[in-house]
Amino acid sequence: MEIKKKPKIKSIPYEEFTDNETLEKLVKELNAGGANVALGVLDDFINWGRSNSLWPLTFATSCCGIEFMALGAARYDMARFGFEVARASPRQADMIMVCGTITNKMAPVLKRLYDQMADPKYVVAVGGCAVSGGPFKKSYHVVNGVDKFLPVDVYIPGCPPRPEAFYYGMMQLQRKVKIEKYFGGVNRKEKKQDE
Amino acid sequence: MFDFSIITHWIHQALTSLMPEGLAILIECVVIGVCIILMYALLAIVLIYMERKICAFFQCRLGPNRVGKWGTIQVICDVLKMLTKEIIDLKHSDRFLYNLAPFMVIIASFLTFACLPMSKGLEVLDFNVGVFFLLAASSIGVIGILLAGWGSNNKFSLIGAMRSGAQIISYELSIGLSILTMVVLMGTMQISEIVAQQADGWFIFKGHIPAVIAFIIYLIAGNAETNRGPFDLPEAESELTAGYHTEYSGMHFGFFYLAEYLNMFIVAGIAATIFLGGWMPFHIVGLDGFNAVMDYIPGFIWFFGKAFFVVFLLMWIKWTFPRLRIDQILNLEWKYLVPISMVNLILMVLIVVLKLHF
Amino acid sequence: MNNIRFIAPTDLHDEMLRLRQEEQMDFLECLTGMDWGEPDEKDAPDTPRGLGVIYHLESTVTGKRTVVRTASLNREHPELPTVSDIWKAADFNEREVYDYFGIIFIGHPDMRRLYLRNDWVGYPMRKDDDPEEENPLRMDNEETIDTTTELELNPDGTLKNKELKLFGEEEYVVNIGPQHPATHGVMRFRVSLEGEIIQKIDANCGYIHRGIEKMCESLTYPQTLALTDRLDYLGAHQNRHALCMCVEKAMGIEVSDRVKYIRTIMDELQRIDSHLLFYACLAMDLGALTAFFYGFRDREKILDIFEETCGGRLIMNYNTIGGVQADIHPNFVKRVKEFIPYLRGIIHEYHEVFTGNIIAQERLKGVGVLSREDAIAFGATGGTGRASGWACDVRKRIPYGVYDKVDFKEIVYNEGDSWARYMVRMDEIMESMRIIEQLIDNIPEGTYQEKMKPIIRVPEGCYYSAVEGSRGEFGVFIESHGDKTPYRVHFRSTGLPLVSTVDTISRGAKIADLIAIGGTLDYVVPDIDR
Repeated sequence: MEIKKKPKIKSIPYEEFTDNETLEKLVKELNAGGANVALGVLDDFINWGRSNSLWPLTFATSCCGIEFMALGAARYDMARFGFEVARASPRQADMIMVCGTITNKMAPVLKRLYDQMADPKYVVAVGGCAVSGGPFKKSYHVVNGVDKFLPVDVYIPGCPPRPEAFYYGMMQLQRKVKIEKYFGGVNRKEKKQDE
Repeated sequence: MFDFSIITHWIHQALTSLMPEGLAILIECVVIGVCIILMYALLAIVLIYMERKICAFFQCRLGPNRVGKWGTIQVICDVLKMLTKEIIDLKHSDRFLYNLAPFMVIIASFLTFACLPMSKGLEVLDFNVGVFFLLAASSIGVIGILLAGWGSNNKFSLIGAMRSGAQIISYELSIGLSILTMVVLMGTMQISEIVAQQADGWFIFKGHIPAVIAFIIYLIAGNAETNRGPFDLPEAESELTAGYHTEYSGMHFGFFYLAEYLNMFIVAGIAATIFLGGWMPFHIVGLDGFNAVMDYIPGFIWFFGKAFFVVFLLMWIKWTFPRLRIDQILNLEWKYLVPISMVNLILMVLIVVLKLHF
Repeated sequence: MNNIRFIAPTDLHDEMLRLRQEEQMDFLECLTGMDWGEPDEKDAPDTPRGLGVIYHLESTVTGKRTVVRTASLNREHPELPTVSDIWKAADFNEREVYDYFGIIFIGHPDMRRLYLRNDWVGYPMRKDDDPEEENPLRMDNEETIDTTTELELNPDGTLKNKELKLFGEEEYVVNIGPQHPATHGVMRFRVSLEGEIIQKIDANCGYIHRGIEKMCESLTYPQTLALTDRLDYLGAHQNRHALCMCVEKAMGIEVSDRVKYIRTIMDELQRIDSHLLFYACLAMDLGALTAFFYGFRDREKILDIFEETCGGRLIMNYNTIGGVQADIHPNFVKRVKEFIPYLRGIIHEYHEVFTGNIIAQERLKGVGVLSREDAIAFGATGGTGRASGWACDVRKRIPYGVYDKVDFKEIVYNEGDSWARYMVRMDEIMESMRIIEQLIDNIPEGTYQEKMKPIIRVPEGCYYSAVEGSRGEFGVFIESHGDKTPYRVHFRSTGLPLVSTVDTISRGAKIADLIAIGGTLDYVVPDIDR
């Protein structure tokens, strides 16, 4: 029996989000081997807790970082969602919001930061530069998108994205966390290193 | 004032009539231990929520308000998340010390928490050198911090831990001196006696000038003890990443996080007990009607009210002032606070000997 | 600006020393590396060829400005004498030229790459280099090399490499950055400590080096404008203004008065915005988080004004060659006139919460003193230079826009410590408001954009123009060979001199002071790395 999960976000109906198909495909994949009802309820409870308490890592390389700071400031206030505890140490953060351009020199550093984070962790690519290289696509020193070496969960396009766009991306991430499995399942398999 | 010792005696009688004394005491200890842990966790949740909302209001914004009405369930989500995070095993760290450090901090915290008098008869640890034991137990926390810095195999953590160690050990002197000043006034170190003696007026009013000075010094030094407020250089985020707990994740980090808030509450609780009367209501000598009305309000409401008031003061200071540099912190302690405390002690002794207090 | 005086490499050092001492040219404004290509038979006698450097010099005493150049025709091992012993600003700039072109400077104490990785192959700005082919993305960690080389001239004319140590083995070296909440971006400092005291700092830049100058060589002039907003994103209007001014000067276009007024008002609003963010970030670094929120709250009001007219909050894309992109919104004047009294009324809160606080004063007074000679030698313009007693405001030295028609004070303090740097910027907010008040009611009528040809070609030659950015003098140097894409664009960075002063002024300070110094120097890292 297929369990249809529709993650709820307070005060925005499910249908108003774009890209519900990716979520539904994920749900189908995760529940492919059948799902245990009791564990499912426990999963839901824990995922509800986790999705409301995603602590970002303070990581900003360029212009999008200023919009990230404006997001935490008084007018847009991401503390309402519980995100304001931005930890500086990667071991204590839940997600890394890659705000700004990633250059060839910075790429190994970012990969090391990502490796140091504790599971479960998420990556949000913010701004045109992190999504695909942005205005600097043709440069010899810019990595065209952070998904070349990190598994990205949510992309937030814009140059820079408005704080409202940030929120939309974070809510999509919250929905994605809510459909994950916690007990008895693997959410994402890393590709085997061929070298 | 309702006396909880009636209930505790009744429970003890009931248990000893059913089983040998040793087993009864064992069961009581286990039950009290569980109660303390539960209270600890609940208080931590309330304090974290309080901090986030208060700091938000100071900063012209709303705090958490999406999870539960007014964001009350937010901290429970944080706790859930912390419990389900991976605990990372470092490769080159000193494994035993690294894992021991959070537990040392929590144990020190529990021991001092157990001394606080919540209401009449509702104390866990109450013997004749209560205040002295309190000061001694709170010093164990330093070991946890130093072990955390050393065991992490990380230069930043080590710098943070060294700074923190120097700071805490220095400020214990100030705390000791200010409490000593009050002990001179109180004449006893047993905590339940201290609170009982404030039935005709809190010590901060009885001791007037030296008591007020001791209160202010105690608040400053208590702030520094818990690495909060203007003295949070060891874990200064904008300088050393996260200081001595950089390398901890998951529940180990959760312990440090919780211990910080509870230590602040314990400092506030001791201030409330020694200076502001603990669970004793506000009595004015001579106004018996007023005193009777005050007695209707239960003891633990008085205690928690006073403690939360002092916590609010500490949070207010933290979110307004910038940070002090480590040499300025140590300067403040050794060149200003310690001499002032010593003069204050002499002043209090004079007042007690010449019976100039109320 | 076509006939720049050429000095042969053998005479360079002596001529520079003469310029420094006799003509008192103590400010090295801009140092640009160039690749003029291989010599050709059809060349005129004074056609520049080879790999070389162009120097823009100015005297702070007489106000005279001069431009000189030098070149070496040897493409395998190009060598030029260094001028880093004459002007300290040349230190980082010559490393940048080595990084881009491979020119080795004889006598420079630290000949390492500045921006690119230690194992980078090739020199990207040379015209015959293909950087991407030789340098795929390397994900292994970069080796930290603790030694550097200096090239010395032997008495008999040959050169020898001398190895110098950066950090000894017994030194306790701590790594601050690149990911760090307080470095204002991705900057890496390697700090040698003794207890809490800083012995030496080595700054590693290049973590946000996006290759903008190389990209500009393949973009048309209107396309190059898009990248300037992203250099110093807190001075977006000012950066674009500089580039537009340079192209307009080269083509001989005169913009209408309306455009000049609008550009000046936008520049000043941008300056207030940037200084408010400086205040907020300094307070956050020092631990007073409430002040951070105050600064951002008021900054949002300026961003609202920008958004209504330009369409963007941070990246505005407003100035174009010949004018501005669109006329100001009908509400613009009204909103600015509402904003100024509001800010005047509320700025006392900032001073109460932070400036008047004894802890803030103790943390900032006397910390990180930069002397006037050092400021001029490093080329540290902007608020930092003015706090050390050097009156370096471009708006007064080389007025542009309508700055010669408004009455405003240049704020100069003399102590040179972090407190002076902080107070300079707080006072500049008040001065900017005065400038806006004088201009906002008198915007003349006119066109907002001159008629331009569809394809913009800049006449041959070298052009330089500078504006007073929020952080210092931001200059644009364009060399054009008559095409529709520039031959070379170089941005005179506001932040590079500031970062090169960090080693000098933080020796002997504590780590906590490093944060205060970095916060008050107020650099933005993408501006340094370009």
